[in-house]
Amino acid sequence: MTELTPDIGAYVSIDKEALESIFRGLKQEGYTLIGPTLGEGAIVYDEIDGMDDLPIGWTDRQEAATYRLHRRDDQAVFGYVVGPHSWKRFLFPPVQKLMTIRKQNGSFSVEPHVEEPPRYAFIGVRGCELQAIHIQDRVFLGGPYQDPDYKARRQLAFVLAVNCTEPGATCFCASMDTGPKAGPGFDLGLTELDDVFVIEVGSEMGRRIMSGVRWRPAGAFELQTMRERLTQAEKSMGRHMDISDLPALLYQNLEHPRWDQVAERCLSCANCTMVCPTCFCSDVQEVSDLLGETNERVRVWDSCFSLQFSHVHGGNIRPHVRSRYRQWMTHKLASWVDQFGTLGCVGCGRCITWCPVGIDITEEITAIRGEV
Amino acid sequence: MLDFMNPSTLSETMSRTYPMLMHPARITRIREEAYAIATYELAFEDESVRLSYHFQPGQFNMLYLPGIGEAPISLSSDPAQPGVMGHTIRYAGNVTQAIGRLQVGDVIGVRGPYGQPWPIDQLRGQDVCIVTGGIGLAPLRPVIYAILQQRQDFGRVFLLYGARTPADMLYTDEFEAWEKRDIRVLQTVDRAAPTWKGHVGVVPMLFYHIRLDPRKTVVLTCGPEIMMHFVIYEALARRIPKERIFVSLERNMKCGIGLCGHCQLGPTFVCKDGPVYPYAAIEPFFAVEDF
Repeated sequence: MTELTPDIGAYVSIDKEALESIFRGLKQEGYTLIGPTLGEGAIVYDEIDGMDDLPIGWTDRQEAATYRLHRRDDQAVFGYVVGPHSWKRFLFPPVQKLMTIRKQNGSFSVEPHVEEPPRYAFIGVRGCELQAIHIQDRVFLGGPYQDPDYKARRQLAFVLAVNCTEPGATCFCASMDTGPKAGPGFDLGLTELDDVFVIEVGSEMGRRIMSGVRWRPAGAFELQTMRERLTQAEKSMGRHMDISDLPALLYQNLEHPRWDQVAERCLSCANCTMVCPTCFCSDVQEVSDLLGETNERVRVWDSCFSLQFSHVHGGNIRPHVRSRYRQWMTHKLASWVDQFGTLGCVGCGRCITWCPVGIDITEEITAIRGEV
Repeated sequence: MLDFMNPSTLSETMSRTYPMLMHPARITRIREEAYAIATYELAFEDESVRLSYHFQPGQFNMLYLPGIGEAPISLSSDPAQPGVMGHTIRYAGNVTQAIGRLQVGDVIGVRGPYGQPWPIDQLRGQDVCIVTGGIGLAPLRPVIYAILQQRQDFGRVFLLYGARTPADMLYTDEFEAWEKRDIRVLQTVDRAAPTWKGHVGVVPMLFYHIRLDPRKTVVLTCGPEIMMHFVIYEALARRIPKERIFVSLERNMKCGIGLCGHCQLGPTFVCKDGPVYPYAAIEPFFAVEDF
């Protein structure tokens, strides 16, 4: 069988139906498939069983504060961009039990919540999203303290990346240098052409999965088409952000009048932080039984847009919407660089699409640059 | 990309090294300090935890009560005796109010210590000017203990301390001992009582009663932010460089380990990059309202 195993770095082609045998191979390796599927009136990420669960023939039309599903006039398998979910909900779950504390004999015991981490295969990770995962790696694994649950899930995860050939209207990954081609770090990198998938093999596990698939070396015409589509995608981004000197720009404009204007529109609803694939803030809640004998510490996603987020005795550090929006955007595009050596934005456009009043982070940067 | 894929086994990864686990500690002593403020001395129940625990002046612990939650509290005791962890607590939030209902022998969960300490080594050979208000003296008391431990290593030492009323002052029964060891204590209150012999007025005004040598003075300050703004103003006015002014900040610290995001101040996380900062490091952000 060795001659049927492509090398790492090789580009191969498969018929579209052969994606099913990739899925089968992943399941045989013990992976739970997580991929795009129709749900809640959108394309969301959930457990899938096979190709039938993918939103084949569907697409999404997005604009600021707008998201609509539409039928395509072809049977494209990955003919849409990113929805309200991101992969962080599987690596950094919205609700995560940390430990159980039981009162006993006038003291208490502390028992960490240890579970066999899930073995996920992420199907359809876009370039922006792969970069978002790398950013969260730095947040949760790059400092003096690591998040052990994130680490276990991340180490086990298989990434089947999908290169975007049809960017959405709120996409700006080209500005952020995170797409449309998914960067390194995937196990398999897929580009959808009209009749075939071109697949780049990115890892040893990727090779192993491909050994059970009917593949052939990608032809010159296929590679050429792939490159043209990606170049075309890069040029057809719906949005653009000038990222030059970003940290300095924001640090020097902490009192810019634009913050007052955006605060008049912002509802401080926290949607942008929930859909953002890099936002990592969390709170820990105390969940007790009625007697207070058994108590669980449960980590939940939190947002810098909530009033109590910055609460200290005597008041809140950021009492106004202006200060909270400024904190969020300054964190994403300035202080994130100081903290983690990378911008906190990947250009996926989710915060623009899912903002109920259509606040557009690219437009805000343009305004602060004084270019409107 | 980070390289984290290989090293540890899963069981190792998910082992009891989870950084947010707390250890039970028993209250060994409670000392009333002022109205609604008391110092709780805690000792870990587990001997190996107790023996391996050390802290530096300015660091804090997360204190936990089952069914209530966690709160970050500074260590206010002598770092040379780490087996006894002193926390001076004002009954303010839900956790500290619940701690106020506890008695000697009751158990509190403790994890820590966290945060950057006061720069004790940088103080050696220097004059030290400690400026603080109210409960802000708590995280600075370990500095005084550290200085007293090797008093000859330090130059002149001032404590400029203020509170709302004389009854609100902490640790007053120790002042005499400190003064005997050549620590000059200047006190001020907002509202005096009949027997009050100290100053009346805000803390930064105490600068006008001492003479500092800008070539060799380090200023340490902790208190309400508005007080610290004026302390910094007075220190800079005396030509003390901003690299030698240290402040201790309060933010909403939930995890203590830089993962939960709550305590950000610009590029820093107060829980791990602070709470003690050289003023030079946070100057651009300290004065920004609501930042």
